[in-house]
Amino acid sequence: MLDLQDLYQEVIVDHNKHPRNFHRMEDANRTAEGFNPLCGDRLNVYMKVVDGVIQDVSFEASGCAISVASASMMTQQLKGKTEQEADTLFHHFQDMVTADADAPVDAGQVGKLAALAGVRRFPMRVKCATLCWHTLKAAQAQKPQAATTE
Amino acid sequence: MTRDHASAAHGLTSALDIEHVRNDFPVLNQQIHGKPLAYLDNAATTQKPHHVIDAIKYYYEHDNANVHRGVHQLSERATHAYEGAREKVRKFINASSTREIVFVRGATEAINLVAGSYGQLTVRAGDRIVVSEMEHHSNIVPWQLLCERTGAALRVIPMNDKGELILDGLNEIIDDRTRLVAVSHVSNSLGTVNPVNRIIETAHAKGVPVLLDGAQATAHISVDVQALDVDFYVFSAHKMYGPTGIGALYAKEKLLRDMPPYQGGGDMISMVTFDKTLYNELPFRFEAGTPHIAGAIGLGAAIDYLTSIGLDRIARHEHELLQYATEKALTIPDLRIVGTAQHKVSILSFLLEGIHPHDIGTILDHQGIAIRTGHHCAMPVMTHFGVAATARASFAIYNTYQEIDRLFDALNEVRKVFR
Repeated sequence: MLDLQDLYQEVIVDHNKHPRNFHRMEDANRTAEGFNPLCGDRLNVYMKVVDGVIQDVSFEASGCAISVASASMMTQQLKGKTEQEADTLFHHFQDMVTADADAPVDAGQVGKLAALAGVRRFPMRVKCATLCWHTLKAAQAQKPQAATTE
Repeated sequence: MTRDHASAAHGLTSALDIEHVRNDFPVLNQQIHGKPLAYLDNAATTQKPHHVIDAIKYYYEHDNANVHRGVHQLSERATHAYEGAREKVRKFINASSTREIVFVRGATEAINLVAGSYGQLTVRAGDRIVVSEMEHHSNIVPWQLLCERTGAALRVIPMNDKGELILDGLNEIIDDRTRLVAVSHVSNSLGTVNPVNRIIETAHAKGVPVLLDGAQATAHISVDVQALDVDFYVFSAHKMYGPTGIGALYAKEKLLRDMPPYQGGGDMISMVTFDKTLYNELPFRFEAGTPHIAGAIGLGAAIDYLTSIGLDRIARHEHELLQYATEKALTIPDLRIVGTAQHKVSILSFLLEGIHPHDIGTILDHQGIAIRTGHHCAMPVMTHFGVAATARASFAIYNTYQEIDRLFDALNEVRKVFR
């Protein structure tokens, strides 16, 4: 049960119940829709990027607690960051959730996203946690088609 | 000659001796996350009794050879066992001849075979294929591919909010351009048992053949293809205690005789020159290449196992489990059952308010309870009910009341996590 408590930490349950930046952004200049074909989860990411800086980011989603909490926490972390910093954070985050169960978590690299490190013990759920990030990448690239975790 | 696995019949009295049955399934005897496994994902695939595992092992250890070609003893034995399995399938669904039984990889391949072969023969631009709103993707996509190739179109029999097909308009849905009606015998996501007799009668009155997807039916309902007068019937071994990778297509001989081959290769020919190939007789014309011999033998053993216990007794046990689980579910205010048809097999699809099915699945797994969560390869069904996914518990011959109690106790744990 310890793994489970690690996965569904209070902060994650809270972000699921009260997702932050959970709205459509009318003046977004980058958007993308993400889709997890495994479970049917859908997620939209909206960004306002000016001179390479993410001035605002929001999302809408129907999905599991992990995917909603991950997206909510992602938007909090990204505001004010440059696109390059967002890229770096994505890679650190992906490394963290796919690392061996016992590997250390570098909170200096991922900040509050460290709360999602427990996902690594649930390989079937990694895609839930990374769907928002793949969608963000698609929004940055302005890909017209839906992003997937495949 | 392989051992006769029917001889391992159970000394059971009229009620099912569940402990006895459970001992037939080696995989059940294990702990998951420190808890005894409660396997409630039987609509996805059932576990395998040692009768099936032993039959496959015995074949590879004693009889393994290619079929229909060797003159040596092993090939003769392998052919005998493989064709013996075909006869078991014939008897199981009461087909009139083994010429009507084609071994395939599973229900999905069987539908693709009919769409590819019968579709090529009969479907033209402007024609229609009728499916239903509750189909598994495997009974939608092959027809869409056929429609794309031919310019035909799909028409869909709707369902109500209980998950029952609405047949009032069936006479209009099936029209003079309809070439085939393809519906599930039992819904995989809702458990609904469809009124297939009425569908077949209506279609036949208009001269339209019917395919039934029996993937979810054969482990629960005894099927008589002649009594049904169904034209095509498909099923998979792995959902009825047999191995994966094998299933069967039943097709009326008069239809099969005119159908072009589905795949070309060895075993499906009688003579090949570079000018012309003469195809083999039925059913071998539709079995190109070396077949899944061990799989067919495993399916035969699964049929023996089901028959030795008796589908009636199995159905009674499963129905009692479903009733018990449904009554428990109805006492929980924030639980919504998806699929409340009057006639159901032992499938309980449900939602817990405010909690995503995936999270339910992960937390139940930590209690040793295996259920399915997701869209169940039936996305149109999810769309109908306005959800992306459901949690689905599906019960089989070896499940117990105690396991259902554990399921509902664990759902309380789920609620605690999200309180």
